[in-house]
Amino acid sequence: MRKSTIAVAIAASVALAAAMTGCSSGSSSSGAAKALTVEDYYSQPNAGTFDKIYQACGKSIGVTVKSTHVPGAGLIAKVLQQSSSKTLPDVLMLDNPDVQQIASSGALSPLSNYGITGKGFAPGVLSAGTYKGDLYGLAPAVNSIALFYNTDILKAAGITPPKTWAELKTDASALTKGKQYGFAFSGINTYEGTWQFLPFMWTNGGDEKNIDTPQTAEALQLLTSMVQDGSTSKSVVNWAQSDVLNQFTAGKAAMMINGPWQFPVLAKFPNLHWATAPIPGKNATDVPVAPLGGETFNVPNTGNKANMSLAGKLVACITNDKNMVTEAKIGGYVPSKISIAAQVAASDPQIASFATIVKTARARTGELGAGWPAAATKIYTAEQLALTGKLSPAAALKQAQNG
Amino acid sequence: MTSATTVAPTASSPAVTARRGESPRRRGRGGERVVQWLFIAPAVVYIALFFGYPIVQNTLMSFQDYTTKTFFTGEAPWVGFANYATVIGSSLFSTTLINTGLFTVGSIIGQFVVGIALALFFRKKFPLNGVLRSLLLVPWLLPLIASSAVWKWMLDQDSGVINQSLQVLHLTAKGVPWLNDPNVALIAVIMVNIWLGIPFNVTILYSGLQDIPQELYEAGSLDGATGWKSFRYITWPNLRPVVSVVLVLGVVYTLKVLDIILGLTGGGPANSTETLATNAYHLSFVDFTFGAGAAVSNILIIISLLFSFIYLRVNRRAVDE
Repeated sequence: MRKSTIAVAIAASVALAAAMTGCSSGSSSSGAAKALTVEDYYSQPNAGTFDKIYQACGKSIGVTVKSTHVPGAGLIAKVLQQSSSKTLPDVLMLDNPDVQQIASSGALSPLSNYGITGKGFAPGVLSAGTYKGDLYGLAPAVNSIALFYNTDILKAAGITPPKTWAELKTDASALTKGKQYGFAFSGINTYEGTWQFLPFMWTNGGDEKNIDTPQTAEALQLLTSMVQDGSTSKSVVNWAQSDVLNQFTAGKAAMMINGPWQFPVLAKFPNLHWATAPIPGKNATDVPVAPLGGETFNVPNTGNKANMSLAGKLVACITNDKNMVTEAKIGGYVPSKISIAAQVAASDPQIASFATIVKTARARTGELGAGWPAAATKIYTAEQLALTGKLSPAAALKQAQNG
Repeated sequence: MTSATTVAPTASSPAVTARRGESPRRRGRGGERVVQWLFIAPAVVYIALFFGYPIVQNTLMSFQDYTTKTFFTGEAPWVGFANYATVIGSSLFSTTLINTGLFTVGSIIGQFVVGIALALFFRKKFPLNGVLRSLLLVPWLLPLIASSAVWKWMLDQDSGVINQSLQVLHLTAKGVPWLNDPNVALIAVIMVNIWLGIPFNVTILYSGLQDIPQELYEAGSLDGATGWKSFRYITWPNLRPVVSVVLVLGVVYTLKVLDIILGLTGGGPANSTETLATNAYHLSFVDFTFGAGAAVSNILIIISLLFSFIYLRVNRRAVDE
């Protein structure tokens, strides 16, 4: 037993050393491209639709395409790893708030190299993909968040969807009875919590550059007061958006903040009747500013010029007018071109309320670029301090802003 | 080393059989040396590769401005103690340090008290003793992510089974905000970690109890040492070496707990359950400031190392005894 263990150990260490030296000779940097690699974080069934688009696009430019689907949470870690081992894919999909950070590392190439200008795309979409004046990523379809409401519960209570903060507060309180809360949102200590707070903050004139302002404090006060008066569960500090959805589908929340990517999940509950409305501003006249969501397609700096130019063509195809409609439809997204979004919205009422939101939607990284993650952390930190009652909204924002 | 040399002549691996024909005398001391080193080599390579390299790399990283950019360019500017200064200067540092201390002390006390009580209980002979003892290992066998998800569910303020039961028993009217209140969340996380650590404590303490000769108790009972007295004067002194091992290992294991906290609260609400371990994780893998993350984890390693030294000392003394 012991002898064989030692033999195995020697063999293993030799094999390991061989494997380690072998690693460095993995990358190929020359030769005509026959096959391109694409990496995204889509899961089935969406991944299947994207694969079809990749294949068709590949065929149109004369290459075969091999795609890998990575779990969403692991994508950035994988990209960093590939970045250091020089094994980045030819086309890389990124969540739009990550584009500037990855672009700032030098791992992406400007799309203008491949003649992609983003003409006709919504300004928020372009701002999300732009780093230091160059367009690095283009999202064919985008989304945002809105107010979802249970039409049966609201009808029974004689309530129409709220249009102002005051209405949201009174409605939420009126809709709270027994085990049912009036309102649900995600206030978790991750970027998801930040993302859901942004419409309230931005619509009221708050800004991520400095969150220690009366406008942002007012927005945080609204959510805090709903938690304190009991019309929202105290558990929101631990709820991700999927948890919020579970509350809604279980009938434990009459209204919620969520996004169109939940449409397929909601479709599994035929007895649940729901509709969407824009997230209310403080006044009915406030122009809603919602955060822009969605994934961009990028061409990493792989060093292989021939492949990169083909990859540029592939990205152009993935983001063309025809494909963006297909891509939008599978995930409840809205096409990124304003003209095309209007066409789709005309035929799909559920998309319609999002189409108007996306026109004015703001990119999270639009203002701070690679500095966004730090600001996002401050926002959810302040939110948690206020929602748990540890500090007043104003004091919480002040403390978070000052680090 | 001695065991290695005695094994060598009969070893059947190709490298060693080649030498079988040579007489030990002709091979000389030099050859023996080489053989000795060959046997140490796998262990040395293994330790250097999987312990040495990461530790050296982590230490270097903590003195560098290591960000997402570094992965592509390979450049990580040397910043000296800047990462340590930022980390220690941040308002979060004292919170995480206190949380780490409370979490560790709370978990260890809870695990040990319940662990020794159960170990003593299982010394008694009763039906299903063996079955119950193996059932006790279940928390150890479950994947941590799964058990923390279930605990999160059970601890839910509105519809969790724990609050439902407390309400049925009229112990609380509105339910305890287990994971929602910054003042309670750490206690809840400690409770779950105690549950998780009980199997380890019971197993080690039970085997320690088995080693105490039955004759001591028989002799003691003749002198009137029964019940508490027999525990105080027979069990405890004989168990002490095992106890110190359990405690020190427990501290080292608890300091680095990450998954259970991430699964339950993610360090929240309002950083009330953020420990050094979760903070290092967040800095490195959420904010991608790997330099600062490495600095925090090095601080954690130093604290752990301190306890490892205590463990080694205690262990040596136990062996000497």
